[in-house]
Amino acid sequence: MRPITVDGNEAVARVAYRLSEVIAIYPITPSSPMAELSDEWAAKGEPNLFGLVPKVVEMQSEGGAAGALHGALQEGVLATTFTASQGLLLMIPDMYKIAGQALPGVIHVAARALATHALSIFGDHQDLYAVRPTGWAILVSDSVQAAQDLAAVAHVAALKASLPFLHAMDGFRTSHEVQKIQPLSDRELKALFPYEALEAFRKRALTPEAPVIRGTAQNPDHYFQNREAINPYYLRLPRVVQEAMDRFAEVTGRRYRPYEYVGHPEAERVVVVMGSASLAVEEAVAHLLERGEKVGMVRVRLFRPFHPEGFLAAVPATARKVAVLDRGKEPGAVGEPLFQEVAAAFALRGQGVPLLVGGRYGLSSKEFTPAMALGVFAELEKDRPRHGFTVGIVDDVTGSSLPYPEVDFEDPASVRAVFFALGSDGTVSANKNTIKIIGEETPLFAQGYFVYDSKKSGSRTVSHLRFGPNPLNKPYLVQRASFVGVHQWGFLQRLPMLGVAEEGATVLLNSPYPKEEVWDRLPRPVQEEILRKNLKVYVVNAYELARKVGLPGRINTIMQAAFFKLSGVLPEEEAKARIKKGIEKSYGKRGRAVLERNFQAVDLGFSAVEPLPIPGQVTSTQELIPPMVGEAPPFVREVLGPIALGLGDTLPVSAFPPDGTFPTGTARYEKRGIAEFVPTWDPNVCVQCGKCVLVCPHAVIRAKVVPEEALAQAPEGFPHRKAMWKELSGAYTLAISPDDCTGCSLCVEVCPAKDKRNPSRKALNLAPRLEVREAMNRHWDFFLTLPETPRADLKLHTVKDVQLLEPLFEFPGACAGCGETPYLRLLSQLFGDRLVIANATGCSSIYGGNLPTTPWSKNREGRGPAWANSLFEDNAEFGLGMRLALDKKAEYARSLLPVFRQTLGEELVARLLEPVGPEALEARRQDVALLRERLRGLDDPRARDLLAVADALIPHSVWIVGGDGWAYDIGYGGLDHVLASGANVKVLVLDTEVYSNTGGQASKATGLGAVAKFAMAGKPTPKKDLAFMAMSYGHVYVAQIAMGANDAHTVRAFLEAEAHQGPALLIAYSHCIAHGIDMAKGMDHQKLAERAGYWPLFRYLPGQGLFLDSKPPTLPLREYLYAENRYRLLLQTHPEEAEVFLKAAEEAVRARWERLSRMASAPEAVAG
Amino acid sequence: MDLRTTYLGLALEHPLVASASPLTEKLDGFLRLEDGGAAAIVMHSLFEEQITLEEELLDHYLHYGHESYAEALTYFPKASEYRLTPERHLDLLARAKERVSVPIIASLNGISRGGWVEYARLLEEAGADAIELNLYYIPTDPLLSGAEVEAMYLDTIRAVVEAVKVPVAVKVGHAFTAFAHFAKRVEATGAKALVLFNRFYQPDFDLEGLSVVPTLTLSRPYEALLRVHWIALLYGRVGLELALTGGVHSGKEAVKGLLAGAQVVMMTSAVLEKGPGHFRTVLAELKAFMEEREYASVAEMRGVMSYQKVAEPAAFERANYLRVLGSYRLLP
Ligand SMILES: Cc1cc2nc3c(=O)[nH]c(=O)nc-3n(C[C@H](O)[C@H](O)[C@H](O)COP(=O)(O)O)c2cc1C
Repeated sequence: MRPITVDGNEAVARVAYRLSEVIAIYPITPSSPMAELSDEWAAKGEPNLFGLVPKVVEMQSEGGAAGALHGALQEGVLATTFTASQGLLLMIPDMYKIAGQALPGVIHVAARALATHALSIFGDHQDLYAVRPTGWAILVSDSVQAAQDLAAVAHVAALKASLPFLHAMDGFRTSHEVQKIQPLSDRELKALFPYEALEAFRKRALTPEAPVIRGTAQNPDHYFQNREAINPYYLRLPRVVQEAMDRFAEVTGRRYRPYEYVGHPEAERVVVVMGSASLAVEEAVAHLLERGEKVGMVRVRLFRPFHPEGFLAAVPATARKVAVLDRGKEPGAVGEPLFQEVAAAFALRGQGVPLLVGGRYGLSSKEFTPAMALGVFAELEKDRPRHGFTVGIVDDVTGSSLPYPEVDFEDPASVRAVFFALGSDGTVSANKNTIKIIGEETPLFAQGYFVYDSKKSGSRTVSHLRFGPNPLNKPYLVQRASFVGVHQWGFLQRLPMLGVAEEGATVLLNSPYPKEEVWDRLPRPVQEEILRKNLKVYVVNAYELARKVGLPGRINTIMQAAFFKLSGVLPEEEAKARIKKGIEKSYGKRGRAVLERNFQAVDLGFSAVEPLPIPGQVTSTQELIPPMVGEAPPFVREVLGPIALGLGDTLPVSAFPPDGTFPTGTARYEKRGIAEFVPTWDPNVCVQCGKCVLVCPHAVIRAKVVPEEALAQAPEGFPHRKAMWKELSGAYTLAISPDDCTGCSLCVEVCPAKDKRNPSRKALNLAPRLEVREAMNRHWDFFLTLPETPRADLKLHTVKDVQLLEPLFEFPGACAGCGETPYLRLLSQLFGDRLVIANATGCSSIYGGNLPTTPWSKNREGRGPAWANSLFEDNAEFGLGMRLALDKKAEYARSLLPVFRQTLGEELVARLLEPVGPEALEARRQDVALLRERLRGLDDPRARDLLAVADALIPHSVWIVGGDGWAYDIGYGGLDHVLASGANVKVLVLDTEVYSNTGGQASKATGLGAVAKFAMAGKPTPKKDLAFMAMSYGHVYVAQIAMGANDAHTVRAFLEAEAHQGPALLIAYSHCIAHGIDMAKGMDHQKLAERAGYWPLFRYLPGQGLFLDSKPPTLPLREYLYAENRYRLLLQTHPEEAEVFLKAAEEAVRARWERLSRMASAPEAVAG
Repeated sequence: MDLRTTYLGLALEHPLVASASPLTEKLDGFLRLEDGGAAAIVMHSLFEEQITLEEELLDHYLHYGHESYAEALTYFPKASEYRLTPERHLDLLARAKERVSVPIIASLNGISRGGWVEYARLLEEAGADAIELNLYYIPTDPLLSGAEVEAMYLDTIRAVVEAVKVPVAVKVGHAFTAFAHFAKRVEATGAKALVLFNRFYQPDFDLEGLSVVPTLTLSRPYEALLRVHWIALLYGRVGLELALTGGVHSGKEAVKGLLAGAQVVMMTSAVLEKGPGHFRTVLAELKAFMEEREYASVAEMRGVMSYQKVAEPAAFERANYLRVLGSYRLLP
């Protein structure tokens, strides 16, 4: 077969899908694409190897997927699942069962870090290590090709050994690396497949026709013996794997071994390593062999069962020193898991035990390069090499890190290209396309790896591409680029991009300026680097060309064409034709118009690129903009700053808090300046309604009413106007932070005030940021110094007054126009200074807690939301625990108060013993301050105890926040339990109706007929009615809200939820990028949802019943649904089904409306 | 009495045709129109802008936010194919052709001669008995002359005529400086009929929000007079069949249209108001008139009140204008 270019996920899924009958799935990064592909193929009716379309079923959690896997295996069916990290942890109980029952299931893992001091989605072996005692065989792949091949070996060996297999590749590094590989054909798979073993497995299926019982309970007298009965299975397993690999070699010509040795036959120093890093070690070994050194490497593919004989046979007898590299961490162990196995294997042999050390590398996809491997070999040269070392970081705390040399391992015969771009400009897609073209249409090897930002708006991407005549097994970023593409001019001032360019490299700049101006507009350090390295610079104005062909902002095709022209990988005409063919493949289905425009872009890209004349001297005085601005504290500047620049690798261990506790309110220092257009305010048109402040997802619009005197020092042109309030006097002013704005324009869309002289203008109008930012920044800075409008003067149930509250959630890196964040900002405005937040993993934990900078912030007094994320599945319980603890601490404090009656004074004690609500917050804070003052310095352990818990006397509020994937699916059991408990916690469900953070997979909140991943043919069942479920308890305050439909209703529900003495549940419609809508119109979509009856607004007050706050639907449902791509898509892929779904959805909406109206008209009945 | 007529080379039971309306968006609508008594059905248009817009939207959302964030490289599943409006439209047409026996005229609405003209051919392939080309264009550009607009029209018509073998009708508005001349030039393109006239939908102002809002009002019977007038002027003087659309609500307007020289008369608004069965009502009124005036066939009455035949053609010209104004002044 012809080679294909795919990433690791696709390579594995192509095999797993064909060898499975039941596939249980659940989304988790970085394994989700394997599940998504399986679902897509099943939806398209693609058969497996046996001519059957596998059943692909999405479960509510990975635990659920493992349960379904176990059940399917009981029935003698080929079953598989895909997962990673926390997902794999959730599978552990079933994994023990499956192995204990000798069932040949397969799990494909994109190995990923575990959430400890912090979550990380990136790759290492911590998850594999966590399941090593379960009895599963564990096979580890090192490359995309191996991932495909060993996936097949895993399925085959599982059947033959009658034991389950976990097959892993390195998350992102392999799962997301695009490589040219040799595919496995159906013919080859058939030749490998053990039909007799399948037959035997089928015979073990549960059937009432020949019933057996499995999963008994056993007693001390026999459990042990029974547990040992399976030993022969494990003893023969290594041989089975070897046989499967041998057979694989016969069929495909590609040979693998459980333990592979590479290096000098009489090596003295040997490194043992598993996974993609072994390829880097292999390069280092080759480098040292050339220099006559006796070194070698053992690549471990079969980690479980670890086969000492097999392993030892791979190590040359001459080995005197062995270093074992572990991509994991097991605090408290003598060494990490692979080290332990290796050490035990040598120890058991008892003779010729080499000097052994172990070390850690590569956690969370930390780069591991051949140079680092050289560092390890160098360490082994010492008489007493360090054990427990780290490599790839600087550990200045315990001194564990090894130094390593700078050596160039790039292949000079290859093209190495690095592209800096914005996610939105399409560069990554174009690069993937380029790899396909070169990989599949030329004899060259091709590799691509992509690095993404942790922000969801204005995010940067860096593409690392390699092409060349030699294999490109280089599992690390491009170290020295022969080509650097700067696809966004704005980056030049912010990012050090040319560092990666090698001497004489080609640089392609996308410049909005004419060629003549380009040089002078480059910052000084960039000019210097160009001159120093003798870089050849080319320019093209892709922005303008893209606009010209009708693809504004989509510069990808033009830049791709320019790359082909400059790199000369293919002759020009051939390149053009191939790019066009690629475009036709990927865009063809979307219609001719789009196709034509892209074709034009290709031609323009080739013709418009020009060399930049370089004057030979530095002419610029412009410096780079530091990543953190304003009066950033040292930690922010010195630690978060480099992370923001993409230089986090340079930070030493000592820079970090050992327990993962970080300061809040850091987003304000990272002025990202990502908007092209920002809103500007016209005070004379404004009606001061506050809607813009309320909808701003990024809290960049703020309003205050201040005394006129406060404006005495105002900078010139500071906009303000007399406040239009009955109760407030002074000046109203609205400020906008241009460099924090994402340009989403939700505010402009909701602004109801039009200029009566020019109705095309509103009170907010978009203007080019670069033209207005200076003055706006001056105004913003001054605005921040103005006093806050006193809270006591405000009516919190009105939007007009709420706008004046200071937000304590600002500048999250959420998608521009996010539908979730306005609710969180509102929450922070209303109750921010007394909030404790338990945040489920998901979008809100990412834009809420992904470094470098985070949005939850503090007020002038230093108070603000205290925020923590535990996991995805446990968030309700996590929040409940916080509530219980706060209550307990308060109780303890109250019990201690009387002890200090004398010191504190009778009155203060009496006041502090009084239970108070939020209305008395300020008074209580003063009393607690008084208490602190009076107890200070008292030498009494009980006084110190009281001081330690005194804050709990302040009425703090616990809010449990998460998305629908958490609330409806994985965390539902816990949420239900917490609501039932009656505890005084508030739950905010940011309902986007899909797993947004992992890319839009269906949840039980997904609407009937919506297209989502895992529901490609439309979700066949209606949305789960979470509100009804919660209302059925009778004691839970429940509200369904949609800010865009009725902002006052939303505010009211927040206030009522907070005031309710017991659990409250707010289900908030959150429009989302995964809906396929124009995000600027997000609030309009919320309105449509309400008017169509899809999202009726209501509040359920325990004891009072249901209040249906929406009018009966007036809009046909289709006008809401088909305004969104998620529903329209079905019309375009499955028109007949779409019609059927629409009818069913209409019926469901009608039935729900009737039920709600009935309940609303008989409140008592419900309240009872 | 012989009600039969031909239109675009198609043999019709009678001259009452269903003009384009949303009724044909579902298969069921075709069946209801046939049951209601329409002699032929013009399908709702395939809009040029809709084709491009839909492609753009699909492309946009299949790209929007993608490859930006490591956990969510895409937001939608990849379909192997998308069936956009044109395909669904073609499908519906093909299915309707299988189910109804009256002729179906497909309609294309657009003005540029881009790739979408290709759809004329696809409509033909899907079974359309004829193509109606609707040229609905608002010439807002002050630099664009009438001659240029007309040239653009003719260019497009020619492109469609060339693309298909089935007959082509052209539907236009009345806002031309010299419509009779334009009609002549349409004849030269090879088109077979003119459908007179498009109604222009005037956007309204929302005084509350100071915004422009689209409106759609159904026609009133008086609107038929403009059409009757122009058909009478053109009948027999251009080699094109003339179809009347606009304002036909009862037998009265239908009769006037035929007397003026219309080959067929069409209804949309009345059908939307009263249901597809209204064709039968109007047909009965037409028959009643023919019986009373003893016309044996539609062919016999067609054009008897046309410019060519009427005793005082000046009534159609400026004299009539004076008379009308005069009669207005004389009103008490
Ligand atoms: C709701 C509606 C939809 C229409 N859709 C189309 C159309 O798709 N294509 C077209 O050429 N004319 C369309 N028309 C115009 C009609 O075909 C017809 O020419 C016009 O309404 C005048 O005729 P009437 O007075 O009988 O309604 C539409 C009219 C209405 C009221």
